[in-house]
Amino acid sequence: MKRNTTSYKVTQYLMFAGPATVLFCAVVIIPLVYGFYLTFTSWDGISASKPFVGAANYAAAFGDGDFWVALGRTLIYSAIAVILVNVMAFFLFFLVPRGIKGQNFFRAGFFIPNLIGGIVLGYIWQFVFNKAITAIGENLNIGFLKNSWLSTPSGAMACMIIVAVWQYAGYMMLIYVAGFMSVSKSLIEAAQIDGCTQSQATWKVIVPLMRASFVQCLFLTITRCFMVYDVNLSLTNGEPYNSSVMAAMHVYRTAFTNRAFGTGQAEALILFIVCAIVGVTQVYVGRKGEVSA
Amino acid sequence: MYELENAKAARRRKIMNVIMWVVLLILFILFIFPFLIALLNVFKANADINRFPLALIGPRKGFVTSNFPTAMEKMHFWRVFGNSAIITVSATILTLLFSGMASFVITRNNWVACRLIFALMIASMVIPFQVLMIPIVSIYGGTLNLLNHRLTLILMHTGFSVSMATFMYSGSIKTNIPLELEEAALIDGCTRWQTYWKVVYPLLGPTTATVAIIDAMAFWNDYLLPSLILTKQDLYTIPIATQMFYGSYASDMGCILAALILAMLPILILYLVMQKYIVEGVTSGAVKG
Repeated sequence: MKRNTTSYKVTQYLMFAGPATVLFCAVVIIPLVYGFYLTFTSWDGISASKPFVGAANYAAAFGDGDFWVALGRTLIYSAIAVILVNVMAFFLFFLVPRGIKGQNFFRAGFFIPNLIGGIVLGYIWQFVFNKAITAIGENLNIGFLKNSWLSTPSGAMACMIIVAVWQYAGYMMLIYVAGFMSVSKSLIEAAQIDGCTQSQATWKVIVPLMRASFVQCLFLTITRCFMVYDVNLSLTNGEPYNSSVMAAMHVYRTAFTNRAFGTGQAEALILFIVCAIVGVTQVYVGRKGEVSA
Repeated sequence: MYELENAKAARRRKIMNVIMWVVLLILFILFIFPFLIALLNVFKANADINRFPLALIGPRKGFVTSNFPTAMEKMHFWRVFGNSAIITVSATILTLLFSGMASFVITRNNWVACRLIFALMIASMVIPFQVLMIPIVSIYGGTLNLLNHRLTLILMHTGFSVSMATFMYSGSIKTNIPLELEEAALIDGCTRWQTYWKVVYPLLGPTTATVAIIDAMAFWNDYLLPSLILTKQDLYTIPIATQMFYGSYASDMGCILAALILAMLPILILYLVMQKYIVEGVTSGAVKG
């Protein structure tokens, strides 16, 4: 067999990687390039012609006040949700892996929300916020529980954050647990021999060595919160008065409801760039002080 | 004296453990509270759900099971379930086949095409779907008119997941498959194709399990892509059907809760059966990604 001829290489490549390459290019590379082209056209989604309009879509996107409000709202939502998700996840991690009775049962329970799709989750929570919590408020006569939180703008935002914490905390906890497992037991033993108490060993030895897990959990939660769509659609659908429309939903509406595909795509690119800047900065800052054993 | 101190410390630790256990239990109840509420109310008639959402059994109409058959009929549960199952299973199998094969040629050769596609795949993992959805609808819906076929969605799911899967497979090939093994197969007269299927692929079992779990869950729960591709009612998957159902029967809460529980049930059952693998798969997938 001649292993250096071009025809051998081409056959080998196509035989093994051909299908993957074709599908990957068809749904990622080509749409990415084509999407960039779309931002310079005005297309309504129906007509065959896509007139070239230069930078008009970017001008429209920058002038679209609702988009910037939605983006700002997404930033606030993400900032609060990311912090609370990780605090809760670390708290769960801290409580669970201590040989407590039934730890697998607890871990399984905390993880369940992550198994279920955002659409179903959002509707279940809508029922909880609209019916169950108001009923608790009525029965126990607690004022702020009596009216559904989903009916006020700030309440709807709080609901979105609560659902995000509930949805991701168990998943992030598992990543913290995996990070903890990879810390070598001998290091913990060495710390204890050197006279560390358990909490000193935790905070001074284990947590610094788990830095990679923190970076990773933050990255995952940041990207997910930034791109939230399913829960947004099912829990609030942008209500009340479009006060809970997140950036991804705004992009969807610009393109598919208002039929401004070029502007929608320009806004999608802006959203992506903002998200990428935040995510990459976080990873860069996080990795800078990483310690390894 | 020393023993007394020890006994004190042991007792303190015991008390701490009890406190932790209680805190954990409270958190746990809060975490499953939405599911409990849904379960509690799905066996009530609408009048009871609206007036007494916290009651164990509906005070007026009592214990009711009719919500399930009604919801199943209205959301065409078995058809929807079948659509979801066909799409999830096919797309998962294709992802496993294609990305495993691709990672083999990419990892074992230093050709330009291999390095290029691998770099593109890794870079593409940060691109959110929202950036691609508009051009995808424009290309495949507008120009090529390929929407409303299950096969289109299956191939698109596969295309989106091959990058991550190839990345995971290639890591596994690099660390777990010794080159000597492939050389031995070559000397024994295997072609590269045979080497892959008879020697390498069987050794990739754990990675295959991880990739299968991550992707199957993602495909099963995905809403945005299927909702853009499948707009005909008889092609709906479970998330789309749930969303549509909610829109049309918003006042029939009992039915909606039944539909939501039916939508969750398949994946919860799978989780109960395969909990260990799912937890392992999801964490190791995230750690590598």
